[in-house]
Amino acid sequence: MDPVSQLISSFKIPIGRWGKTFFDFLTTNFEWFFDSIADGLTVVLDGLVDLLLLVPPVLLVAAIAGLAWYLQKSWKLALAVALGLLFIVNQDLWQETVETLVLVVGAAAASMAIGVPIGIWAAHNERGYRYLQPILDLMQTMPTFVYLIPVLILFGLGIAPGLIVTVIFAAPAPIRLTHLGITSVPKPMIEAGEAFGATKRQLLWKVELPAALPTIMAGLTQCIMLCLSMVVIAALIGANGLGKPVVRALNSVNIPLGLEAGLAIVVLAIILDRISRIGTGAAK
Amino acid sequence: MSAAVDFKNVDIVFGAARKEALALVDRGATRQEILEKTGAVLGCAGANLTVNEGEISVLMGLSGSGKSTLLRAVNLLNVPARGNVMVKDGDRMIDVAACDAATLRHIRQTRVAMVFQQFGLLPWRTVAENVGFGLELSGVPEAERKARVERQLKLVGLDQWASKYAHELSGGMQQRVGLARAFATEAPILLMDEPFSALDPLIRTKLQDELLQLQAELKKTIIFVSHDLEEALKIGSHITIMEGGRIVQTGAPEDIVLRPANDYVRDFIANVNPLSVLTAWNVMRDRRDLDHGEDGWVWLDRRKTTRFKIDEHGLVAAAERDGKPAFWVSCADVEAQPEETTQVFWANPGTSLKTVMLAMHRSQTAPVALFDDRSRFVGAIGVRDVLSAVLRR
Repeated sequence: MDPVSQLISSFKIPIGRWGKTFFDFLTTNFEWFFDSIADGLTVVLDGLVDLLLLVPPVLLVAAIAGLAWYLQKSWKLALAVALGLLFIVNQDLWQETVETLVLVVGAAAASMAIGVPIGIWAAHNERGYRYLQPILDLMQTMPTFVYLIPVLILFGLGIAPGLIVTVIFAAPAPIRLTHLGITSVPKPMIEAGEAFGATKRQLLWKVELPAALPTIMAGLTQCIMLCLSMVVIAALIGANGLGKPVVRALNSVNIPLGLEAGLAIVVLAIILDRISRIGTGAAK
Repeated sequence: MSAAVDFKNVDIVFGAARKEALALVDRGATRQEILEKTGAVLGCAGANLTVNEGEISVLMGLSGSGKSTLLRAVNLLNVPARGNVMVKDGDRMIDVAACDAATLRHIRQTRVAMVFQQFGLLPWRTVAENVGFGLELSGVPEAERKARVERQLKLVGLDQWASKYAHELSGGMQQRVGLARAFATEAPILLMDEPFSALDPLIRTKLQDELLQLQAELKKTIIFVSHDLEEALKIGSHITIMEGGRIVQTGAPEDIVLRPANDYVRDFIANVNPLSVLTAWNVMRDRRDLDHGEDGWVWLDRRKTTRFKIDEHGLVAAAERDGKPAFWVSCADVEAQPEETTQVFWANPGTSLKTVMLAMHRSQTAPVALFDDRSRFVGAIGVRDVLSAVLRR
């Protein structure tokens, strides 16, 4: 090695060790905090899963198809949703599907609840958004397995850490799209609001949010898709759902099981995507 | 007449280097120089303009002349760097450039309404909801809001369209919605930022006529930005011409056409048809400048073809044309008169130049007399006066 490289590598910056120290500090001092979050989330999510599993699958399928019709006003879509879900029931993957559905919907709801307000704040605070951007990039590009480890240490195994890694991965989408939606509200509309004496709050609720709604809804769809793509990874840290059979199939080189579970995920993805496209297809 | 809006030494600068830019403004630098030296864009400089209640004051200029910039200072969409923008609120004049947020909101909600070039309608709201937007912001209760919205929609002829969305309407109709929205707040001051520029010419003319009709009824104070001189001359009671952020001339429409302050204004009016602006009053020769003969006879023209005998009350006692007695008739009936050489037409100061020319044509180029509203002789117009007015020589 040349002397310059030797000099540079002679002292390794102990980033890894710092990180570990930091997480050790968190676990020793705030274990009660993270544990209570994990416990709370587990109770709510598992309870929801159990509740939905009490309902006969056919009824639940009908209810979801009904929701599809209500949101998109399309008989074709409702029928396709029903057929897709019945296929999953037929493949004997219903319980896993319900677990995944709860995880995805819960994570998407949490991501939106966190992402939309942050997006609104960032849209009104360009400086803040400049600092936020690298964090969002980090959340989306850092390989999931890397933060799987500390999340596992802090929250333990199960559905709660699954939800948390999913939110970390999916929340940047609603943040970015809310920011985009609000910053691209046409200036004449904003000025119309100002010229007629709108307060900041009125401007937000009566002009900016309605104008940005289609973009925010696109953020919702994207967010749901990102959540679904985390299902298999969440299974690695013990979250139940369709990821479990995939992981099991991988470990035992079980082609039939892998194919069945994989197809079920695809069907679920298509259904969620079509249902959640609110305000794009049906709006007139 | 009292002022509704009063601009006092208003400077508006866009960009970071305000102080440096203002220092250059004080030295009379042009917008180009300021941009090169400081990177700041001069919106307008040293603007002084009083807009009286009930008048339509038109701000004119090429694009980038600062006319919209100045207009938007009235409701503080543009913030002046220096100077005062006084807006009438009841009996007080409020400086919007210096007032607090609550006062500004009060002014915007109840005193000053605005109509935008691109309409600025909210596409997710129906026509009625758009018209009620301003009322909603100021917290007008729903029942009253509905009644007021309905009234405004009737006024602009859109009551059938109340539950449609803006994009289902044509451009002209959308701007009517914009007008109704502005009228709905019952603000006495109306800002119109090139409201008809985005419309096709036929619709534009129609909306101009409608605006004038509504104005005759509502008597608002209107500040109107336009780059179209024909439009300005048609609707403006006062016209202010701006160039490079500065006001070059303010005056009544015919002042601008007859006495342009500089070459910029002259270029501006070069293509204006003077017949659409000028009146008999603008082109006449005063009776004191006419050739007086003996016994109270006055020659109406330089060629001495026609003369009037004026009595001690200023009324016409006798007329003579080409040495023969003649009678005098009003221009108002010019279409009905036969072509005779024994008649002389008379006009009022407000009669349009076009009518005067028609009268001359009918009477074989006889001069046209001017009477005031008590039929007193005040002056005369000869062919040469008309020609020099039309040719601006």
